[in-house]
Amino acid sequence: MFDAFANALAFGVLGLDPSSHTGAAVQFFIMDVAKIFVLLFVVIYTMGLLRALVAPERVREFIRGRPDWQARGLAVSLGAVTPFCSCSSVPLFIGFVEAGIPLGVTFSFLIASPMINEVAAVILVGILGWKLAALYVVAGLVVAWFGGIVMQRFRPERWVEDYVWQIQVGKADLPKPDTTFAGRHHYALAEVREIVGRIWTWVLIGIGVGALFHGFVPAGWVSENLGGDSWYTVPAAVVLGIPLYSNATGVIPVAEAMLGKGVAVGTTLALMMSVAALSLPEMLILRKVIQWQALALFAAVLAVAFTLVGWGFNAIV
Amino acid sequence: MKQIKVLGSGCHNCEITANVIAQAAKDVGVEVEIEKVTDIAEIMAYGVMSTPGVVVDDKVVHAGGIPGPDQVRAWVRE
Repeated sequence: MFDAFANALAFGVLGLDPSSHTGAAVQFFIMDVAKIFVLLFVVIYTMGLLRALVAPERVREFIRGRPDWQARGLAVSLGAVTPFCSCSSVPLFIGFVEAGIPLGVTFSFLIASPMINEVAAVILVGILGWKLAALYVVAGLVVAWFGGIVMQRFRPERWVEDYVWQIQVGKADLPKPDTTFAGRHHYALAEVREIVGRIWTWVLIGIGVGALFHGFVPAGWVSENLGGDSWYTVPAAVVLGIPLYSNATGVIPVAEAMLGKGVAVGTTLALMMSVAALSLPEMLILRKVIQWQALALFAAVLAVAFTLVGWGFNAIV
Repeated sequence: MKQIKVLGSGCHNCEITANVIAQAAKDVGVEVEIEKVTDIAEIMAYGVMSTPGVVVDDKVVHAGGIPGPDQVRAWVRE
């Protein structure tokens, strides 16, 4: 349906040549804008209606005081179902510390949260199919689980800024949510506005990059250079992803274009994870609560983990 | 006079929230004092982790996201 719509608009209305570079890029762009934004609205609205989005205040209450493995399991899965704004990272971090949640568990949450969320997961299924979506989600969960454990080994407590330990978190009795249908509807609409308002630029940029890749990068060049035969493409993809930042949803169209041209699956997944989870703005925000050493270690652990994931998938698939 | 605090460490949405409240108070014709709380320790002391949060007369009435216009009008009226 989206394909036909994009064909009609790009080749019919705009009169572009389907075999030209520009034609292919424009068709890809129109198709993905329509498809992804429709999916975004539907998914976020539905989640909002079900009130499936968990507030960070509740996450903390769920996790605190549990044995390590349970706490980590909850941190990873709650991180995966909560599309938090990175501006909430600092209060979350402090709230976790204050609740006595181990730092390794907190890191597991911080890894899972930007990389996986239910909105991105549904769009992944819609664009790349459920197999790749499952690969991405499972790989992300595994990295979050073990990444936190590795971080714990380095005793990151010594790098937490002193003032963080002093903060006392008050008990807020937040107003009860309105659970009538009208209340849910308003909440869902507000969620759509808030989340789409926050990520639409990333998504558009991602679709733009994907469209250029789809239209202008020759498949022959890709299979020669990025086909997965040479070991260095995966670490190169991870390193490339560090300065690049996008929302998890924004990298999906890029991955779509890369896979379409024959870039190896492991290399694509490694780039996606690196772009979504490792970002300079996020690091700068976290710098308010932990020192550089911990952030450098965090980046290094993730970079190694994504590289291993990439190599693993390239070897299997 | 009503004391309204907007909790948030200077994010874009916090600015919007403060403006929405100021506008609503003006529309209704109620005088309010709006204070932006940016100190993280003070924000957390209210138990708020998702910003922007809104505190009316020392009671947390909202957390996470920009509040809806109906909500805001109710706060300045009561």
